[in-house]
Amino acid sequence: MNFLIRKGWRPIAVLILLFILWEIIVKITKVPDWLLPAPTMILNEIISGWTSFYPDLVSTSKIAVEGFLVGTTVGLVVAVSLHLVPWIRDSVYPLLILSQNVPIIVLAPLLVIWFGFGLLPKIIVITLTCFFPITVAALDGFKQVPYSHKHYMLMAGAGKSQLFWKLEWPYALPSIFSGLKISATYSVMGAVISEWLGAEKGIGVYMTLASSSFRTDKVFVAILSIMVLSLLFFAVIVAAEKYFIRWQSKGGNVE
Amino acid sequence: MSHLLVDHIVKSFGPNEVLSDLSFSIEKEEFVTIIGPSGSGKSTIFNLIGGIMTPDKGIIQLEGNNIIGKRGSISFMPQTPSLLPWRTVLQNVLLGAELQGKKDRDKAIEMLHKAGLADYVHARPEELSGGMKQRVAFIRALLSPQSLICLDEPFSALDELTRLEMQKWLLSIWEDYRRTVLFVTHSIEEALFLSDRIIVISVKPTKVAAEFEVPFNRPRDESLFLDEEFLKWKRTVTYSLKNEGSDNDGEANRRTYSFRSI
Repeated sequence: MNFLIRKGWRPIAVLILLFILWEIIVKITKVPDWLLPAPTMILNEIISGWTSFYPDLVSTSKIAVEGFLVGTTVGLVVAVSLHLVPWIRDSVYPLLILSQNVPIIVLAPLLVIWFGFGLLPKIIVITLTCFFPITVAALDGFKQVPYSHKHYMLMAGAGKSQLFWKLEWPYALPSIFSGLKISATYSVMGAVISEWLGAEKGIGVYMTLASSSFRTDKVFVAILSIMVLSLLFFAVIVAAEKYFIRWQSKGGNVE
Repeated sequence: MSHLLVDHIVKSFGPNEVLSDLSFSIEKEEFVTIIGPSGSGKSTIFNLIGGIMTPDKGIIQLEGNNIIGKRGSISFMPQTPSLLPWRTVLQNVLLGAELQGKKDRDKAIEMLHKAGLADYVHARPEELSGGMKQRVAFIRALLSPQSLICLDEPFSALDELTRLEMQKWLLSIWEDYRRTVLFVTHSIEEALFLSDRIIVISVKPTKVAAEFEVPFNRPRDESLFLDEEFLKWKRTVTYSLKNEGSDNDGEANRRTYSFRSI
């Protein structure tokens, strides 16, 4: 915590300065509220509209977590099978990269046509945005295992599953966590996009309604909440990483 | 019956014949050193005995059983310690045994104490010096249930002083826990100090060029390095390596001169 205060005060100070500057400019130039609301107005909206916004926030968080879990599972399963079965890697890896070239926004209407407006198309959207960073990071981690370690394990008679669970998996964990961090923030974005497909509540719905009625202050509330939620997810993953990978904290001189 | 029998082994990689007709054997609880210039296919010999590679021709037997292509028949100490950074020292030394499904925690702790690592049982490898890491790697090999230990130039990355410490340490531990050892090095002094028998191999193609029984009594200590007899033996082995070199190309010749001398 002390560390956070020591390191964190600079960006926080800059942020507060920016808000003050924003407030002053809005006040001086008399920009209409629907074009650019002042920060104090957004703050007011957060406080006064909290009870009506709260269910949307919960709904989006829930769907983001669910999508993230499914996406992580898919990402890891894909990475492990690609790693363990070379011919799958050779034939599937290029397709995986292609899958990332299709914009989610374009794919979304298709998913609605195929799967309706339920939970499934939403989870698919989040999974599609989440799994790729994890797969790439995990594959990278598996590849980084030093030859000398692998050679020792083989000479000592390790089987394929022993080699994987005792060497490759733990060795790849730091890389996997890097992927998880990226995916965690993507999952919130994916959740909001998936709600644009059609949902009863959620930040995505809230945002669409707000922008169509020119409630720009509400749009900013939505944006702010997405940022805070992403940050929160990120923090959870960092905490999990600290817990699981204590061995790398001291510089990680691997030999 | 010999503990390890390597008989008429031939191995080529594509058009390069790396091992041509290599034969030697090791008796039970004997400490045998293979010495040869770098690039003489020493790692290939280990990969064949370890079952990672299979020879084109020949026999490899451990206590009379064929071990060609069978991994896990020997215990191994590599050139780099290859300790797993997320495991403690204790968990690391148990790894070899764990792979074979036979862990003995108490014996591991006892051996770590004997090895002068009592304070580091629960430390992580990153807290250890280079020499300590190699001690851990050797104890890991000793705790593995296999009866033959193969050591692949284990001290070549250490500085001179640490290396001497490690050689003395290795001998003392080995005299307590006798095992059959196959040791590979390119240091003549190390070979003479440690082993019962030295096998000199020639480079490209690799075969046995000479064999020496080392006559010094055990236990040995470092005063041996200055012994008249020791220096005479050093000369003999050096010449046998040099003769090997003169039969081959100039590169091999240069390699033999680069041998360490105190």
